[in-house]
Amino acid sequence: MAVLEVSDLSKSFGGVLAVQNVSFSVEAGIVYSVIGPNGAGKTTLFNLITGIYRPNSGEIRLDGELVTGRAPHELARKGVARTFQNLQICMNMTAIENVMVGGHLSLDRNLIKGMLRFPSLRCADAVLRDRAAELMVYVGLHAYRDAEAGAMPYGALKRLEIARALAAQPRIIFLDEPAAGFNPTETVEIDGLVRKIADSGITVVLVEHDMKMVMNISDRILVLNYGKKLTEGAARDVRRDPAVIAAYLGKAA
Amino acid sequence: MFSQFLQFMFSGVTVGATYALAALGFTLIYNASNVINFAQGEFIMLGGMLTVFFLKTGLPMPVALALAVAIPAAVGVLVEKLAIEPAKGAEVVGLIIITIGASLVLRGVVQIWLGKGAAAFPAFSGDAPIAVGGAALAPQSLWVLGTTAVIVVALWLFFNRTLAGKAILATSFDPLAAQLVGINTQWVLLVSFALSAAIGAIGGILLTPITMTSYDVGIMLGLKGFVAAVVGGLGNGLGAVVGGLMVGIIEAMSAGYISSAYKDAVPFLLIFVVLFFLPRGLLGAKATERV
Amino acid sequence: MMRTNYGLFVLAAVLLALPLLLPNTYYFDIANRMAINAIIVLGLNLLIGFAGQISLGHAGFFGIGAYASAVLTTHFSWPPIAALCAGAAGAALLAAAIAPPIFRLRGHYLAMATLGLGIVISIVLKNEAGYTGGPDGMSVPAMSAFGWEIFGERQWYWLFAGILLFSVWACQNLIDSPFGRALRALHGSEVASQVVGVNVARYKVTIFVLSAFFASIMGSLTAHYVGFITPDSAEFSHSIELVTMVVVGGMASVFGSVVGAVLLTALPQALTTFEGRETVAFGAILMLSMIFLPKGLVPTLAAKFGGRR
Repeated sequence: MAVLEVSDLSKSFGGVLAVQNVSFSVEAGIVYSVIGPNGAGKTTLFNLITGIYRPNSGEIRLDGELVTGRAPHELARKGVARTFQNLQICMNMTAIENVMVGGHLSLDRNLIKGMLRFPSLRCADAVLRDRAAELMVYVGLHAYRDAEAGAMPYGALKRLEIARALAAQPRIIFLDEPAAGFNPTETVEIDGLVRKIADSGITVVLVEHDMKMVMNISDRILVLNYGKKLTEGAARDVRRDPAVIAAYLGKAA
Repeated sequence: MFSQFLQFMFSGVTVGATYALAALGFTLIYNASNVINFAQGEFIMLGGMLTVFFLKTGLPMPVALALAVAIPAAVGVLVEKLAIEPAKGAEVVGLIIITIGASLVLRGVVQIWLGKGAAAFPAFSGDAPIAVGGAALAPQSLWVLGTTAVIVVALWLFFNRTLAGKAILATSFDPLAAQLVGINTQWVLLVSFALSAAIGAIGGILLTPITMTSYDVGIMLGLKGFVAAVVGGLGNGLGAVVGGLMVGIIEAMSAGYISSAYKDAVPFLLIFVVLFFLPRGLLGAKATERV
Repeated sequence: MMRTNYGLFVLAAVLLALPLLLPNTYYFDIANRMAINAIIVLGLNLLIGFAGQISLGHAGFFGIGAYASAVLTTHFSWPPIAALCAGAAGAALLAAAIAPPIFRLRGHYLAMATLGLGIVISIVLKNEAGYTGGPDGMSVPAMSAFGWEIFGERQWYWLFAGILLFSVWACQNLIDSPFGRALRALHGSEVASQVVGVNVARYKVTIFVLSAFFASIMGSLTAHYVGFITPDSAEFSHSIELVTMVVVGGMASVFGSVVGAVLLTALPQALTTFEGRETVAFGAILMLSMIFLPKGLVPTLAAKFGGRR
C-alpha cells in the first residue's frame, strides 16, 4: 500500500487556481520528487498535504487512512514531518533546542510536572538532548552543537530544519527545496544527506529546482505546471518527456 | 417612540463622528508606520483643552482654534521624532508601550499645566436645539458631522488625487519599495503623525461644547477610537469611518435602551462580537501567510 | 542540563536577609508590594515574553481574584481560602472560555481583544455596587487559614517571599521543560511548532489560563493584605503597569520579571511629589527604557556580561 495517496486535490486562492485535480501516490521508502517551473504549485501542494492549507476538494490518504484537512499537529502524530522553503527556525532558541522541539511528541508535556521538575521529565529530556546532538552530527552540524540558532549561517539552518524534522522520527518527510541557495558542493552534500535519509527507511518527498540533484536522487518524479499534473513516472522517463522539456525550457523558437 | 430612537441616533452619530476621526488618526499612523499610536486620544484632548486655554487668555476664537489644531500637529511630529523614530524595528509590544508612555507624558503635562478641572466653551452656533422628528438636534452636532464629512472627503481627495497623498499610500503598502522610487518615507511619517494629530484635535474641539473636556478625556476617547479602527479593519480608512459611526450608534442605543451604566463597556463588547466573526474587522484585509 | 541555579540562591538569600535590613513596616509594605507584582509579572511574562502573545487586560484577572475574595468573605462569610480558590477558578474559567476565540486573532487585534476584556471586567466591578461597593471600593476582612490569622506586614512578607521563591523556581522549571520549549518554539515560529506536533491553539489557551491564575491568586491575597480594594485594581492603567514591568525588566526572562516589578513598584514611591509629575516621569521612563533597552534590563545586562538569561 502506498504511504501517501493524493486524489484529485484542488486549491484556489480567490481566483487563482493554485492546484488543480492533482493525483499521485508515493510508495514507502522511495525518494519522490515534485518539480515544475516557479509558480507551478509545488509548495502549495506540500502545504495542502501537511495540513497548512485546507484543500477545496480532493482526498489525502496516509497509509490508507483519510487525513484530508487535518491540522498539522495532528499529522505530526501520524508520522509526517517537513521542512520549509522559507526557513522557519526559532531564532529565539539554541540550535539544539530547535532540534529537540522536533521530538516534542515523544516527551511528557505535562505542565504541572514541568513546573515541579519531575525527575522522569528531566531524564527523558536528557535522552532527547543526546538524540538531538546525534542528529545534528548526522546532518553535518557537529560544529554548531552549542550554537544559538540566530548565529548560524543560512546553509547550516537549512540542515537544522532537516535535523528537527528527523527528530520527530517520521514515516514520511517532505523537504521543500532543501538545496535552495546552495553552491554545487553544498548541493552534493545535501544530495548525500537525502539519500542517507531515504536509505534509513523514511519515505522522502522532495521539491527541488536543481535538476542534476533531482535526476540523481529520485526514484519517481511528479511534474507540475500551472497547478496541474503534467506527467509522473520513473525519473529517466520523465527527463525525456517532450512535454516536460517544453514546460521548462519553452518550445523551440 | 420614534423620536426617542431619533434622539439616540443623533447622539450616537455625533459621538460616532468623533470616534471616526480618532479612528482615522489611528489608521493614518498605522498605515505609515505599522504602529498603534496610543497617544492618539491625547491629541483629541489637546484640541479641546488648548481651545479653552487660549480663549481664556483672550485670543479671538478663530486664532484659538487655529492654534488648538496647529499645536497638536506639532506635538504629533515631536512624538514621531522622539518616540517612534528612535525605536525603529522594535517589537509590537515595545512600540505599544512607547506610545502609551508618550500618552502619559502628554496627559501629565496637561494635568500639571491646566489642572484637573473640566471645562468647555460655547457651541459654535448657539445651543438652541433644532427640532427634528420630535427629537432635539443640537446645532453643535451638525458642526461635528459636517466637519467630519468635510475631513473625510478632503482626505479621500488627498490620498487619491494628489501626488503627496499617493506617496503616503505607497509607503503604507511597501515602505522599502516606496523609498526605492524616491519617496521620502521619513517625511511621510512626519506628515502622517501631524495630520492624524490635527484630525484628532479637530474632533476634540468639536465635541467639547457637547461633552466638556478635561485632562483625562483622551483615555476613553482614544480607546474607543481604537476600537472603531479595529472593528472597521485596521488600516482601512473607510473602515475607520464606518467603525466609528457604528461604535457611536450602538453605544448610544445601548445606553438608551438597555443600561446607561454599562455604556462604556459596549464598544469593548462589540470588539469581541466583530472580531469573532471577522478576525480582521469589517473591511480589513484577509492575509495568508506564505510559508 | 545541570547548571547551578545561582539566581535562585541569590534571590533566596536576599529574601532571607531583607527583614534584617528593613527599618520599619513602611518598607516591609513596599517589599510586599514588590513581591506581589513580581509574582503576577512572572505569570504574565510567560504569556508575553516566552509565548510571544500579549495581554493588555491582565489587571482584570487580578480584579476578579480580589473581588471574589472580598465579596465571598464579606457578604457570604466564606472562609478566605475557599474564596481565594473560587476566585482563581473563576478567573481560570473565564480565561479558558475566552481564550480560544481571542487567540485566533493576531497582533494588534489580539491586543485589542485583551484590552477589551480587562475594561469590561473593570466596568462590571464598578457597576455592581450592590456587591462590590462600586467605585468607592469595599473593605476586606483579614486573611485567615486553618484558624490562624495573618496579621501585619512582617507576617505577610514571609508568605509573599515564599510564594515568590516558589514561583521563580516553578517558572524556571517550566521554561526548561518540554511544555516550556514548545511555548518558546511557538513564539519563534508558529507553523514550525505546528508541524512538529505542538497544538498551538491549546498551548496559547493554557498559558493564558495559567497567567490569569497567577494574577487572580495575587489579587485575592492583596485584597486581604491591604484590607480594602477598589475597581481601580482592574483598570487599564494597572494592566499597563504590569505589561511595563514585563517589558522593562526583560521579556522572556524570569529574573527580568522580578527586576521589572521591583523597579516599577519602587518608582511611584520615589516620585512622591504630586501626581502630575509622577505621570510624566512614569511615561518618560516607559519611553526611554523601550527605546534604549528594547530587550529589557536583565537580558541587556546579561548579554553585556556574557551570561545567559
